[in-house]
Amino acid sequence: MSDDAPGSAGDDAPETEEAGVPAIRRVAGTGVPLRGDDVDTDQILPARFLKAVTFDDMGEYAFYDQRRDEDGELNDHPFNEYQGANVLAVNDNFGCGSSREHAPQGLMRWGVEAIVGESFAEIFQDNCKSLGIATLAVDHEDAVDLQGFIETNPDAGIEVDVRAETVRYDGTVVEGEVPDAMREALLEGIWDTTAVMATNLDRAKAVNDGLPYTDD
Amino acid sequence: MSTGTLYDKVWERHKVADLPNGQDQLFIGLHLVHEVTSPQAFGMLRERDMDVAFPDRTVATTDHIVPTRPEGRERPLADERAEEMLTHLERNTEESGIRFFGLEDDRQGIAHVVGPELGFVQPGMTVVCGDSHTSTHGAFGAIGMGIGTSQIRDVFATGCISADKKDVRRVEVAGELGDGVGAKDVILHVIRELGVDGGVGHVYEYGGEAVHALDMEGRLAVCNMSIEGGARAGYINPDETTYEYLAGREFAPEGDEFEERKEYWESIRSDEDAQYDDWVEVDADDLAPQVSWGTNPEQVVSVDEPVPAPEDTRDPDAAESAQDHTEVTPGETMEGHEVDVAFLGTCTNGRVADFREAARVLKGREVADGVRALAVPGSGTVKRKLEAEGIDQVFKDAGFQWREAGCSMCLAMNDDALEGDEVCASSSNRNYVGRQGSTEGRTHLMSPGMVAAAAVEGAVTDVREFDTPDADLVGDRAGDAVDGAGEDAEVER
Repeated sequence: MSDDAPGSAGDDAPETEEAGVPAIRRVAGTGVPLRGDDVDTDQILPARFLKAVTFDDMGEYAFYDQRRDEDGELNDHPFNEYQGANVLAVNDNFGCGSSREHAPQGLMRWGVEAIVGESFAEIFQDNCKSLGIATLAVDHEDAVDLQGFIETNPDAGIEVDVRAETVRYDGTVVEGEVPDAMREALLEGIWDTTAVMATNLDRAKAVNDGLPYTDD
Repeated sequence: MSTGTLYDKVWERHKVADLPNGQDQLFIGLHLVHEVTSPQAFGMLRERDMDVAFPDRTVATTDHIVPTRPEGRERPLADERAEEMLTHLERNTEESGIRFFGLEDDRQGIAHVVGPELGFVQPGMTVVCGDSHTSTHGAFGAIGMGIGTSQIRDVFATGCISADKKDVRRVEVAGELGDGVGAKDVILHVIRELGVDGGVGHVYEYGGEAVHALDMEGRLAVCNMSIEGGARAGYINPDETTYEYLAGREFAPEGDEFEERKEYWESIRSDEDAQYDDWVEVDADDLAPQVSWGTNPEQVVSVDEPVPAPEDTRDPDAAESAQDHTEVTPGETMEGHEVDVAFLGTCTNGRVADFREAARVLKGREVADGVRALAVPGSGTVKRKLEAEGIDQVFKDAGFQWREAGCSMCLAMNDDALEGDEVCASSSNRNYVGRQGSTEGRTHLMSPGMVAAAAVEGAVTDVREFDTPDADLVGDRAGDAVDGAGEDAEVER
């Protein structure tokens, strides 16, 4: 399984010069399992840590309340145990609730580059796309199997292939789904949409001018 | 794919271009901004040396971090980080030429309360905000969507977001709501029926007799919680109720212009023969007041219905851990479950009608011993209107703390938070673990009337068991007050 060797995101991908963001074709590395359905963004990044005018410190705050015991000491939460991992394995409806981008920012700054799970909340998934984090939706059994595999083989290589929409580990290839727009954006290096949309600014102005309510 | 729905029509009207990622570039008619999710976006904009492209389509207020104690709002704020966030927003909006309702403006309040009540939000608009409850604005027949901070940057820079169209599910709520049952009960029931992730991939078009009988404030409460059901947006077709609400609002069109605009509003209503991707019916005829027992908004029962055993729920593991946390007992009703805190307010239920509903229960009664009760109007406008009606006095006489406008104990980014394992009867929208500021705290979602009843009894209570006095008994100055723009004009500048 030479292809499964740990590495950084998009290490085989060229830079897209115009947009200034890298194309992301695959994420290879090790996994961190996080079990449970409906893990909401309040849990991923508790509200009190949103009182900051930059995202710089969000990595420390990811799952803050779950990563500590009653005395404030780090416990055996996966985000303490699997330091250095970059593929997060989750279950159903991950990232539901608040739209705060602080949540995926926190995961990203902790080290997450791809998330494999049963399903994702939409705003969370949009935020991931904006940050270049790949999300791959797989069947329930496949998500649980992957979590179990990581727990028994924490150092094993895992690879999320954005183009093929698969996750590979231990000779297993699991098919899943990366949303079309995310897949296209990551592969083409256009996940930062500001530059692309700014080229259509005149058309946006025309739409604005044509709307019945914009002359207030 | 849906055709002929309001969603289709408004989308087409706002589409700017096809993007290389396969999504649509969608023009945003109203961008609501607050202090928590915008400073990073302004920073990104500055890094790229870009300006806000459509400042006149942008409105800002401060809500999440603001103290709600009247004496706590002096500048600089005691909380240095809150002060820093507020200062950033003040500077950013001033530099960009964005209208801002700050603490010194008596119209300041929660973005999703301020936008509608001042007339900024109108039918047929696209509305975004860095807050998931932007779905609220669908109450007007607008498409309201919550976005993240990178998308806020996009809207600042281009007036647009990159988005793909969702499927449209018609949620037909049949029947007539009984006394003591309202919008909050309808939406909690819908989420229970369809699930917290039932709406993923969809927007919800709410319709049917029970929905169209709601006033605008009730419709705002319903659409507000669309996101709790996983739907990115939820909306209700505009009708006379919508237009009557809008008429006379400070930033709504007037006179001939209002009539002209109405033609657009009428034109974007879903066609009689519109095609939906999905259609579900929910019966609200015998609906009882709803209460959440667990730690997500689908874990809900009628107040007089036994809490289910975990194995009888859609997700037994989640139910079991939720019941461990909230210490509710399967087989028993939520009625009688003791509460320590009563919280009235938020973008879901912080409007004038919500406080009137609660005041009808509180009139002549007192909060139970040991219960901490907070009334936090959704905006300065709401607060002044209630004070003009004398409703503030009903709350104060009952033993509620009467506060200034803000998000407050909904997500506890200010000083208002649950302590330890306190149990809260809350008019808010989320009962997640830790949501109200304490990881051991417990939140039970319910309607404003139910929150008031819980405050009085010190336990969850069926509001229908309270004699609700006639509306004209509420407050000395209420008189024959009815919802309407003329009345609002007295307290709005």
